[in-house]
Amino acid sequence: MSTFLGMPSLPVFGTGNLHASESFPKAAHRELGNAQLRANLGHATHTIRDKRLKVVAELPDWEQLRDAGSAIKESVMARLPELLEQFEENFTARGGVIHWARDAEEANGIVAGLIRDTGETEVVKVKSMATQEIGLNEYLEEQGIAAFETDLAELIVQLDHDKPSHILVPAIHKNRTEIRDIFLREMPGADPHLTDDPAVLAMAARAHLRRKFLTAKVAVSGANFALADSGTLAVVESEGNGRMCLTLPETLITVMGVEKLLPGWQDLEVFMQLLPRSSTGERMNPYTSLWTGVTKGDGPQDMHLVLLDNGRSAALADEMGRSALHCIRCSACMNVCPVYERTGGHAYGSTYPGPIGAILSPLMTGIEAEENNSLPYASSLCGACYDACPVKINIPDILVHLRSVDVDSKRGKKKIPTQMDVGMKAASWALSSGKRLGLVEKGLPIGRLAAGRDRKITKLPGIAGGWTQSRDIPAPPAESFRTWWAKEHQRPEIEGARKPPQDKGDQA
Amino acid sequence: MSARDDILGRIRSALRDGPEAPQIPRKYRATSGLDQAALIELLVDRLIDYKAHVSVVDAVEVPTRIAELLADAKCYVVPTGLDAGWLAGLDHETGDRRRRLDSPAAPLPVAELDGIDAVVTGSAVAVAETGTIILDGSPNQGRRAISLVPDHHICVVKAADIAGILPDALRRINGTRPLTMISGPSATSDIELERVEGVHGPRKLDVIIAR
Ligand code: SF4
Repeated sequence: MSTFLGMPSLPVFGTGNLHASESFPKAAHRELGNAQLRANLGHATHTIRDKRLKVVAELPDWEQLRDAGSAIKESVMARLPELLEQFEENFTARGGVIHWARDAEEANGIVAGLIRDTGETEVVKVKSMATQEIGLNEYLEEQGIAAFETDLAELIVQLDHDKPSHILVPAIHKNRTEIRDIFLREMPGADPHLTDDPAVLAMAARAHLRRKFLTAKVAVSGANFALADSGTLAVVESEGNGRMCLTLPETLITVMGVEKLLPGWQDLEVFMQLLPRSSTGERMNPYTSLWTGVTKGDGPQDMHLVLLDNGRSAALADEMGRSALHCIRCSACMNVCPVYERTGGHAYGSTYPGPIGAILSPLMTGIEAEENNSLPYASSLCGACYDACPVKINIPDILVHLRSVDVDSKRGKKKIPTQMDVGMKAASWALSSGKRLGLVEKGLPIGRLAAGRDRKITKLPGIAGGWTQSRDIPAPPAESFRTWWAKEHQRPEIEGARKPPQDKGDQA
Repeated sequence: MSARDDILGRIRSALRDGPEAPQIPRKYRATSGLDQAALIELLVDRLIDYKAHVSVVDAVEVPTRIAELLADAKCYVVPTGLDAGWLAGLDHETGDRRRRLDSPAAPLPVAELDGIDAVVTGSAVAVAETGTIILDGSPNQGRRAISLVPDHHICVVKAADIAGILPDALRRINGTRPLTMISGPSATSDIELERVEGVHGPRKLDVIIAR
């Protein structure tokens, strides 16, 4: 389909867990009913937000680091084919094996095949967005391979057969008592007297996973960064589960999106300053591991990397949207987002929630995939995400761009004018003269009837219904401001409203 | 067509508008400009903030300090290249009996490492501003597994190896070695964002800064 013979080809979109299966307003409406979720999320986002601001303020050169980070990523996108080839050459020269995967299905197949080659039926996993995106765990399960998540939050979510709700703290929607109950129910051999003290729960997870770490032969990881000029990979983490997976097993399989590349070693000094402070609000995360292919006598001797497209090339093809691929998954944009803070991550459907998810998911799947065209509207365009983003992705601009892509794609399909078109026409007629507006305003009492006794309109018809889906509007007043003004100024005639004394005439 | 050629083709085609790679503005700091005393003070402050234990001693006192920290360990592991003399403070007989040696050529099995209480290593470089210690697998630091599996890590940082900020530190090391950057003991904030020190990595981190 996408042969490259100097001939422009159509973008090939991604598959897997990138879709909202119901529209954002619908999902958000449901999630908004979950008070526990909202309380946990509000607490979490505000706490991380404050910590982030504090540690960012410590650096006198934060803005210079952001400028460098943004330019490095822009340069990576412009040079992507060349950098990928350079990375491949270096990684291979150091004893690693590269596999390329066009989409989720192909990546899953490659990973399962590699595990099967080792003869193992169990693997340990380090938190990885890419493997969530492709639905690797579910696929492996179908293939008779058990994948154990080892990050505490991922473990909680996996044990509860749930989905992550935040990319950094995936179990943020659960409180300590819920977590204790999950451990008691799902963790073989859990102490029945387990308390809900986070320290006690963390120790239970340590005991549960220790044996797995010490005996695992195969690990699956993601990667935060990859350096083209050396073939080096990096994983940033906190608990030490990453170090366990990257060090003790014999075989390591890493799955990484093609956009994660950095040109070289010098670029790491920028991103390792930007990421921890933006992400957890720490000066530095507890552990970062870097490895360059196979090191004899230290760590896995059988090393694989699956390079994943899955819609990234399609996102890259969108000139206005391609900077969404600069994202380093720090989650700062969701922690400052007023929409995310209330709806939580599940409402976005895709693996990537929050402001970045609202642009990245439709860019990777195409705006017409399932309900993803509702995501660019999941924003008030307040701009907080842009200010927080360590690589300065202009998320509001891309949201607006994708809204227009959505409108165009719908217009292309429908020949008859949409309700929006009709509504806009009517508004322009009414607002073009005071007389016409006065006529329309005579309809206000009808609105009061519709509102009923409680003076609230809970459901508007047609596309206006979107407005009342998650809010009520008060009943319209008995008369318009213009009518009231005219009356108060001793001009009883209605038409007087058209020309109050100081009015110079009709104004459109 | 192979997946590789297909994907590279898609990417080239996506870039057919020919975006230019911009110049990278590297106007951020490259060094901190702090003197050694200030660097030590900053590093200590940051390590304590992470709940690591820190002692600042003269180089000649390192063996005594290590011996004190190992007093409770039934057995401990050291890489074969650990600086000669650092273990001289340990009682000759019991110190030797409790000691296990590890090297890439003669690695201890993981199950044995799991039964070892503590590990003593050197370090490649430290970053004062972020409280980070970087291990690069040199002979005085050993394989990554030995500083991971035992529950107590005793790490010696030489004052001359303290860089002020990250760019300064990274410019001092070889990025293609197996690297571990450590900032405090392992930790999680996954349950209601309450920080718990010590999950899978060593739960206790002792840093000895040698002047
Ligand atoms: S878009 Fe920016 S702020 Fe949001 S997760 Fe990505 S890098 Fe972080």
